[in-house]
Amino acid sequence: MLSTRNCDNAVSVSPILTVSDLIVEFPTRKGILRPVDRVGFEIDPGEILGIVGESGAGKSMCGSAIVGLIDRPGRIGGGEISLSGQRIDNLSNDRMRRIRGKKIGMVFQDPLRSLDPLKTVGDQIVETIRTHLPVSAAEARRRAVAALEEVGIPAAANRIDAWPHQFSGGMCQRVVIALALAAEPALIIADEPTTALDVSVQAQIMALLKRLCRGRGTAVMLITHDMGVIAETTDRVAVLYAGRLAEIGPTRDVLSNPSHPYTIGLMTSTPKPTGGIERLSQISGAMPSLRDIPKGCAFSPRCGRAFAPCYRNIPVLEPAARTEVACWLYDEEYAKDAANLEGTGHD
Amino acid sequence: MLAFIIRRIGQALVVLLAVGFVSFSMFKFMGDPLENLLGQEATMSDRAELAERLGLNDPIVVQYTRYLTRVLDGNLGISYRAGLPVGKIILERLPATLELAFLSGVLAIGVGITFGIYTAIHRDGIITNAIMTISLIGVSLPTFLIGVFLIWAFAVNLDWLPAFGRGPTGNFLGMELAIVTWGGFKSMILPAVTLGLYQMTLIMRLVRSEMQEVLRADFIRFARARGLSERAINFRHALKNTLVPVITVTGLQLGSIIAFAIITETVFQWPGVGLLFINAISFVDIPVMSAYLLLVGTIFVFINLIVDLLYFGIDPRLGPTGGEGRHRA
Repeated sequence: MLSTRNCDNAVSVSPILTVSDLIVEFPTRKGILRPVDRVGFEIDPGEILGIVGESGAGKSMCGSAIVGLIDRPGRIGGGEISLSGQRIDNLSNDRMRRIRGKKIGMVFQDPLRSLDPLKTVGDQIVETIRTHLPVSAAEARRRAVAALEEVGIPAAANRIDAWPHQFSGGMCQRVVIALALAAEPALIIADEPTTALDVSVQAQIMALLKRLCRGRGTAVMLITHDMGVIAETTDRVAVLYAGRLAEIGPTRDVLSNPSHPYTIGLMTSTPKPTGGIERLSQISGAMPSLRDIPKGCAFSPRCGRAFAPCYRNIPVLEPAARTEVACWLYDEEYAKDAANLEGTGHD
Repeated sequence: MLAFIIRRIGQALVVLLAVGFVSFSMFKFMGDPLENLLGQEATMSDRAELAERLGLNDPIVVQYTRYLTRVLDGNLGISYRAGLPVGKIILERLPATLELAFLSGVLAIGVGITFGIYTAIHRDGIITNAIMTISLIGVSLPTFLIGVFLIWAFAVNLDWLPAFGRGPTGNFLGMELAIVTWGGFKSMILPAVTLGLYQMTLIMRLVRSEMQEVLRADFIRFARARGLSERAINFRHALKNTLVPVITVTGLQLGSIIAFAIITETVFQWPGVGLLFINAISFVDIPVMSAYLLLVGTIFVFINLIVDLLYFGIDPRLGPTGGEGRHRA
């Protein structure tokens, strides 16, 4: 379970995915919106990174940007994305297409709508395999059966000729996972993979995804708003707020010792699996719309501990206790001021 | 699926019975058959005798059954005007209408689907905008105007194509067809374009909007994420999903190409059943009108039946293990 990052003495592994200062822009009549604003993180080979945040925090947009599938008129407005050290954010459409599915697999939220209803699941797996690997039709079909078996579809050899509508949601998501892994990518971006599923199936699918990726050493970028899934599945977690990275660190530390006031609020508003009956708190207010992100820290209007610099400047990611936090409270220069303010009974 | 087909054929039969009844009632309610036969001088007793002899006093159901038996026997009556069996007249004229409808149908579907796909994929190109603008003309101008315009442009001014008539015909599979001779084919071009233009633009606009809708679907996004080529996405996935709703409309449109060939045939003096019908109206030739109605009704029902069966070939969700019924949208 330990990520390489957790061990200080680990040999430094070069990350499979590096995102730095990523900006996604949507030009509108009322100016340019930034659903993703200078977000940076790394994913090591075989690591599972969780991305959490409320709806509209920019989680999915991050994923879309990485695979080059931002809907027009959106565009990458800045920053760099590198896969295994090679920049991919400036690739041509055609070269990017060869990376999608081959090096980066994706799993989407709604499995029933992810598959073409008019093609058998076998056809869809075979075409994916043959798009990326130079194998014969027969070999591709053999691999497709193997892939279905691997994701736990019973009687795969028969089910391969079934249509998507003949599968349940959970089974469909297994097929989607098989598709995402078909060409053995090094990274899977799973965008809310269990949100559309029955609660009883969610855990199975997450376990399956985790088992398969661990087995192959595939890294996963898991986008979700489900803290339970984060706690159970991920090695590290990044918290997004209004398109900006608020906090990132090892899952255990972010969950049990969060530093950013937003993460703290998020944790105290989530029931703990171990805890008894306690009243959950909630963060007052709502995430600002992209149209009116406040000056300075985006969380400042809702933050109980905000002080002068929070309203002026955008905080940058800096190491705090055990995580990296974008918050002025942890800035050495301002830390004293903040402490003084809190000492004088500021609420 | 078998149950569905049987049920569907049952429905078709009911519709045909209703169409037949309308055809039948044309004899009863349009004009007075006794007067037509006896003239105005006839006495009341003559009328009563003839009515009895012709069975006009029997209950409607009996008369209708008798009519149906007669029609099923292939006896559609004698044309008042030509004095020939209606069935024979129609059979003589039908190939002309069918080949015209066939060519316009091929044009409408071929060009409509091709342009529809092109404009759906290239959303804002110059060519797309040009096609879309021209297609507005196709949907908004009435058929006869387009026909007259085409005659003016290509027959009168450019003198490329004949302005009217069917040209020479050749024998093909036992039918006299114009399409198999060069001169006949040339005479067919203008009427076929006129007849098919509306359907062509309709199909094109339908394909375009349906395909744009499909291209926004999740499974297309997922297909992109799987790294499939644009070509595979557009043609292997998007197009097939586009076709399901398109087939319904196209089927109905093909029916109406045959049914509404009347105007085009009149403009181009094309000797098909449409022209026959128009002439029949001016002479109140009820047996011909009634038979035409029956024919068009049958063609519509038949095409609808084929369209419904086509769904099974395309959409697996309607197959034996899927839900039944065609309304899934």
